[in-house]
Amino acid sequence: MTTTMRPPVATSERLTLAHFWVAVAAFGVASAMALMQALSRASLDLPWRSAGMYYMSVTAHGVLMALVFTTFFIMAFGYVVVTRALERRPALPGLAWAGFWLALAGTVAAALMILMGRASVLYTFYPPLRAHPLFYIGLALVVVGSWCWSVVMLLSQRAWRREHPDAPTPLAMHGMMATVIVWLVCTVGVAAEVLLQLVPWSLGWSETVDPLLARMLFWYFGHPLVYFWLLPAYVIWYTVIPRIAGGKLFSDPLARLVFVLFILLSTPVGFHHQFMDPGVPAGWKLVHTILTFGILFPSFVTAFTVTASLEVAGRMRGARGLLNWIGALPWRDPLFASVALSMILFAVGGIGGAINAAFGMNAVVHNTAFIQGHFHLTVGSAVALTFMGAAYWLLPRLSGRELELGLLARVQPYLWFLGMMLFSFSNHVTGLMGMPRRVYDASYGDSPIAAAWHPLTHVSALGGLLLFVSAAFFMMVMIGTALAGARRAPQPIEWAEPLEGPPLRRSIFDRFGLWALVAVVLVVIAYAYPLWHHLRMARFGSPPFVPF
Amino acid sequence: MNVAFYEKLWMCAAGGLIAAFLTTLVVGLAGSALQPPSHVETIDPRTVDADPRFATPGVRVEGDHVIVTVVARLFAFTPDEIRVPAGRPVTFRITSPDVTHGFQIVKTNANTMIVPGYVSQFTTTFADTGEYLIVCNEYCGTNHHGMYGKLVVEAP
Repeated sequence: MTTTMRPPVATSERLTLAHFWVAVAAFGVASAMALMQALSRASLDLPWRSAGMYYMSVTAHGVLMALVFTTFFIMAFGYVVVTRALERRPALPGLAWAGFWLALAGTVAAALMILMGRASVLYTFYPPLRAHPLFYIGLALVVVGSWCWSVVMLLSQRAWRREHPDAPTPLAMHGMMATVIVWLVCTVGVAAEVLLQLVPWSLGWSETVDPLLARMLFWYFGHPLVYFWLLPAYVIWYTVIPRIAGGKLFSDPLARLVFVLFILLSTPVGFHHQFMDPGVPAGWKLVHTILTFGILFPSFVTAFTVTASLEVAGRMRGARGLLNWIGALPWRDPLFASVALSMILFAVGGIGGAINAAFGMNAVVHNTAFIQGHFHLTVGSAVALTFMGAAYWLLPRLSGRELELGLLARVQPYLWFLGMMLFSFSNHVTGLMGMPRRVYDASYGDSPIAAAWHPLTHVSALGGLLLFVSAAFFMMVMIGTALAGARRAPQPIEWAEPLEGPPLRRSIFDRFGLWALVAVVLVVIAYAYPLWHHLRMARFGSPPFVPF
Repeated sequence: MNVAFYEKLWMCAAGGLIAAFLTTLVVGLAGSALQPPSHVETIDPRTVDADPRFATPGVRVEGDHVIVTVVARLFAFTPDEIRVPAGRPVTFRITSPDVTHGFQIVKTNANTMIVPGYVSQFTTTFADTGEYLIVCNEYCGTNHHGMYGKLVVEAP
């Protein structure tokens, strides 16, 4: 049975599109900021190049890509799932719009402070570097806006469940429920850091702040943030791609198992970002390491299930033999190509992640260019490329306009893949050679050791240039479609069917309250003692510094 | 739950791989004491220069052990040139009176964050003589890329 949708509800689509366009705009600005960095790192002397400009652009790129583009796109996609998979209007539309305006106001405030050079603290904003208070307040508003969205998602699911007491949650909504739960659990950390520590301190109400406590709270949030980005991409891989490819989802229950495992394991892993920190005992770093390796498992399962679904698709398209199914897949479809290429990049990025998480080996790569090479494969490809592909597929279905400049949309994912290969691999290698990440200039007083990195920084810059052209193609398709796309009747969204038919009844996987509770228990086990121990230690705070 | 045979096989292999990864960590930890710098010691960042622990940064030798004290501040390491002997354990003790910095000796696995209010400490042994580049690898402000130093490992 095909799950199709009655004609879309106009007001819900306006809500979705509002979020969608903020995401696209943030992506456009952030891409321009990225080009500047890639060229600067290669010491290419452009007329406007300066250290202040470089660190401002790193901050703008990080905040607008990692926090704004992703969050707004995920909120838009959440509303797509509610309207097209639950087939209902989002609950409390007033709250949904309030969330949108709060998050948008916060984005504008934070972005203005960054572009004015008052907040060059990077997207990690570690104190005692101090940004303008409006930067922190703006970020807090983005989070509050996302909480409004989370409440709307939860209430929409609850209303649906009351009407369908025995039916299993549609798989797409199952994945979005996991996303919402991970987000609600983890944003507690960053909210505590920003509201209790940074806002009062930046306003001068408190004199000092404990930078290590801030780092612990930030990374309590910072790693599950990664799964907040990744889970909606997985929803697309599981519930959209098999059908786009012309096949069926290989296993529905395993997809549900994967989402539940992410609810459980996303948060108690943050110390793997603090391996090199003083003040955090090694034993707790080891506990978080073990949990971190646990969270590799659901991604391994995803790799199998999604690839098997693609093989099913290739064979349903008539392919025979061992590998012919690969060629039979719709490589000219922009969404399919985006996702397939992003999966290849993510396979490499995932193995890199296992290296970063290696307790004893992290010292070799910590804060080197290896790290930026790594996360441009994960968030910069698995997530961003999937979202771009999804944008080509969603925009016509939301706006009732045909995709314009289709050729650019077909070329764009391949260009991204090529650019990312050059960018990411060169950064992995220079990182292993010891080049630090996020430096304006890597010459270090003409040190011969640093000179060895130089040829590869040009490869990285070339990759950055290709990525920028790819991003520009994406923006042209988006704007072209909005302005000039031929009008047509709104189209339904078709979700993938499982190979063995959808599950008939609710199961243990639908017990979201239970899984959220277990997740909180795991968080308490991983964090309560180290935090308590930290807070009762005699500590000294830091006054603010603004060295930018 | 009905799981296909190949998928079961894959899941077992994935579980095995994860177990193997964790085993290498434990072996590294138990066999070579490979663990990240995790020293717990606090210090008032506003009085670092007066604190007896950091008032005279530099290299000192205590018996067979070499101790290097470093202050990392915007935008330099003090001392910015460090000379140590090869083949002997060297303990680095580092802190910051201002913002968060990093301390990375390029082409070695000596790497630590320097968080104001805390003392970073780790012990390592340099096998090869020669000149090494020390860089700050945590963004600390507009001249972050200008914050570096030199380590010279000399024949004992």
